[in-house]
Amino acid sequence: MTRTSSSAVAMSRRSLIASAIASGMGATFLGVAGGAAAADFAKKKLVVIIQRGACDGLSLAPPIGDPDYQALRGAIAIPADKALKIDATFSLHPKLAATYALMQNNQARIAPAVAIPQRIRSHFEAQDLLETGGAQLYSSTTGWLNRTLQAAQPERKIDALSIGAQEPLILRGPVQAQSWSPGGRLNVATNRVATVLMDLYASDPLLASALATGLATENRIDVINGGKAPTGGDVKAFANTAAKFLTAPGGPSIAVLSLDGFDTHARQGAADGQLAQRLMLVDQVIDGLRLGMGEEWKNTVVVMATEFGRTAHINGTGGTDHGTASCMVLAGGALKSGGIIGDWPTLQGGRLFENRDLAPTLDVRSVFKGVLMEHMGVDQRALDNMVFPNSAAAQPVRGLVA
Amino acid sequence: MADRALNGAIAVTRFGLGARPGEIDEASHDPVGWLRAQIRREGGDQPVSAPLPPLAPPVAVKTAVLPGVQPGTMAEGTMQAGAPVPAPQPLQPANTLDFGVGQPLPTMQVAFRHFVDYQQARKGAKDDPELRRQATAPIFELAAEEALARARLAAETPAGFRERWTLFWSNHFTVAAKNLDTTVAVGPFEREAIRPHVFGSFAELLLASSMHPGMLLYLDQAQSIGPGSQAGLRRGGGLNENLGREIMELHSVGADGGYTQADVTEFARALTGWSVSGQRDSGVPSGGFLYRDNFHEPGARKVLGKTYSDEGGRQAAKVILDLAANPKTARRLAHKIAAHFVADDPPPALVARLEHTFVQTNGDLGKVAETLVTSPESFQPQASKLKTPYEFIISTYRAAGFSPRNPAREVVGPLNTLGQRPFGAPQPNGWSDVAADWAAPDAIVKRLTWAQGFAAANTPQTPPPDEARLALGARLTPATLTAVTRAESRPEAFAILIMSPEFQRR
Repeated sequence: MTRTSSSAVAMSRRSLIASAIASGMGATFLGVAGGAAAADFAKKKLVVIIQRGACDGLSLAPPIGDPDYQALRGAIAIPADKALKIDATFSLHPKLAATYALMQNNQARIAPAVAIPQRIRSHFEAQDLLETGGAQLYSSTTGWLNRTLQAAQPERKIDALSIGAQEPLILRGPVQAQSWSPGGRLNVATNRVATVLMDLYASDPLLASALATGLATENRIDVINGGKAPTGGDVKAFANTAAKFLTAPGGPSIAVLSLDGFDTHARQGAADGQLAQRLMLVDQVIDGLRLGMGEEWKNTVVVMATEFGRTAHINGTGGTDHGTASCMVLAGGALKSGGIIGDWPTLQGGRLFENRDLAPTLDVRSVFKGVLMEHMGVDQRALDNMVFPNSAAAQPVRGLVA
Repeated sequence: MADRALNGAIAVTRFGLGARPGEIDEASHDPVGWLRAQIRREGGDQPVSAPLPPLAPPVAVKTAVLPGVQPGTMAEGTMQAGAPVPAPQPLQPANTLDFGVGQPLPTMQVAFRHFVDYQQARKGAKDDPELRRQATAPIFELAAEEALARARLAAETPAGFRERWTLFWSNHFTVAAKNLDTTVAVGPFEREAIRPHVFGSFAELLLASSMHPGMLLYLDQAQSIGPGSQAGLRRGGGLNENLGREIMELHSVGADGGYTQADVTEFARALTGWSVSGQRDSGVPSGGFLYRDNFHEPGARKVLGKTYSDEGGRQAAKVILDLAANPKTARRLAHKIAAHFVADDPPPALVARLEHTFVQTNGDLGKVAETLVTSPESFQPQASKLKTPYEFIISTYRAAGFSPRNPAREVVGPLNTLGQRPFGAPQPNGWSDVAADWAAPDAIVKRLTWAQGFAAANTPQTPPPDEARLALGARLTPATLTAVTRAESRPEAFAILIMSPEFQRR
């Protein structure tokens, strides 16, 4: 009884805030498919995973068939007898066994030479660009996923959820996104302080909007998970819970999560070691999402990207320094079967970018745009101009989604 | 007068770490003078491993539940059925808590022994998880002790601005516990490389940070070998660019500082040889700065258009001193300081004043701090900064007149949950300083959850309206005062107070 009234308070405030934001913006950009098509797209789920710290694509999906791979990589080359072979050129890292199983089933693909539009070797600037979706640095302060939500309004309301204690830049912007992380829970139904705060926060839109959305999510976690939340250490359970949010009735369509610890300047390791440990977590996240999505896995695309790749050559400390192109991974039951996404530039001396890094052959925005267009029904004009400003030259990759 | 009251509240809450009872009144006599008096040549205060005073009065026994806490562990003997509920005792006035007495925390070399011991023990432990746990336990105990000592200093210090200024620089030069050797180094790094220099010259601070074993380990410099050095020629190995890049990008001129990849590589070559002593280095204690000439890449280096002749280990130091004096460093730091203390998008006039002082005094950070606290723009009434989780927790302890005493339950646990693991910034650019990053819906709910747990266990016995005035002074709004006054219980009133917009912001 109290539950209904309290959540009704939260929800009405939330809609109030949402409409205030919308009218303040004055934007009624019709950017997504409407009508019958909208109903189909409404079922679709998208998970974006950001690997922070620059993940080494040449270890994630080692090009073992490339004649220069072994010599460049030395002690950190993934041994051919351990790697999970995809084709004559590429394999997957041995710790990506669950992802490999999906690949065997046409439910995972790689794009091995992808980069952001500007050549930057600063983690933080490159992450900014990856998440704002700008054509160059400092051209936008909001995230491209938030602008995707904007593009959908008011015709179609798409909700998004970030997983983790901090709000990622990719979701930052005028549309309030949800967020969730494991930890102590709050009984919204009986919490008088929360109700008092909703009044006090009338003077502070940032806090008001966050609290209203947070309380609504708290209500939901009780329903979908029986009030239990996984501990921080269990990555698979964590991903599983994230997936349950997506599949709950009225749940968000988009989820974002970040993994860190990929900045392997020293003692990177090969089949085992530091990077292998992080890739094992990547595999558990993807597997946990698959499990948690259950039936809805068929409507799901997971897309994983990092800010840039690492040097082709092993450095002096058994690691790799900041590079350029890296490997994206796509997974999900909604993927269309197909091979490697984009061209392989090879590791030949003359082909390396600045004679040190894997050269990019594909713009990361092209992959994101392809997924948003085919999977989420976002209009290409909106993608070219609003979601990824001035990006018409980076054409969406087509044929990613069945 | 009204201005002085508001400026006093701003001095204590925006530039300090939040008000202890009575502190705003004290600062309101002369807000700027109160801040200036905290600037001192010898740098920040040093946290100590203080012997803990007897447990705080268990006033809230009936409701003593922090999330995840077994009540019986909090106030032994008072929890049995039928035990009399102790009468509330008066709070110990916060200014009598003496954080200056206690054991010094271990130096880098002493702390590093824990890591060396771990390496020895690991050899014996093989794959036995229990032996491995035993081998790592002292390292985590040390880290917890550091986190507690630092939180207690922040919660108790009468010089809150001095500590906030120190924390700003500690975050600027992030060294985080990313593996076991950096876990032992984080505390000593902050105490040895940062705290002594925060009101000295920026060049000294930059050099101290760059040379400290904590930084050399954290940014992988210790094993970087010049390909043309003796060691490089004999046994291979090579450069690691990490430290060189981050000194330029994060610690000095910034990513738009005009350097190229070639400058990064040249600087990395100059830095080769800067290393950390280990067990194999005879005659020197492990865990110290060690210049290894046989790692150093011979030859002159060209960085940002200037040629540096080969002077061994001094070559990199000269590059660092030039980076410290680069005008782009002054501009960038002026903006970063103003953005940290005043507003995410700081007043341009304040940035210009700070930059001017930085340039005119060759980076005298004491003078820069003085410019900050004497500039009128610093006292703009709008409190636009959102407290980070650490600032929120510390200011709560200060408002309550308490100090944390249990590292796991009261410091590390809550900060983990709120997304700011002590000494644990996920990336070398440190913790975010932008409100939106800390205002995710889940994060605000987590703050509320913690606030209610804290209030249940530690409610001050001051009447709630007085408590609110003590915590916020002239910044307290009528709306919050009304809400606090109307609360059903003291814990509820305190939770509302610390979750109010004006307490969350500074």
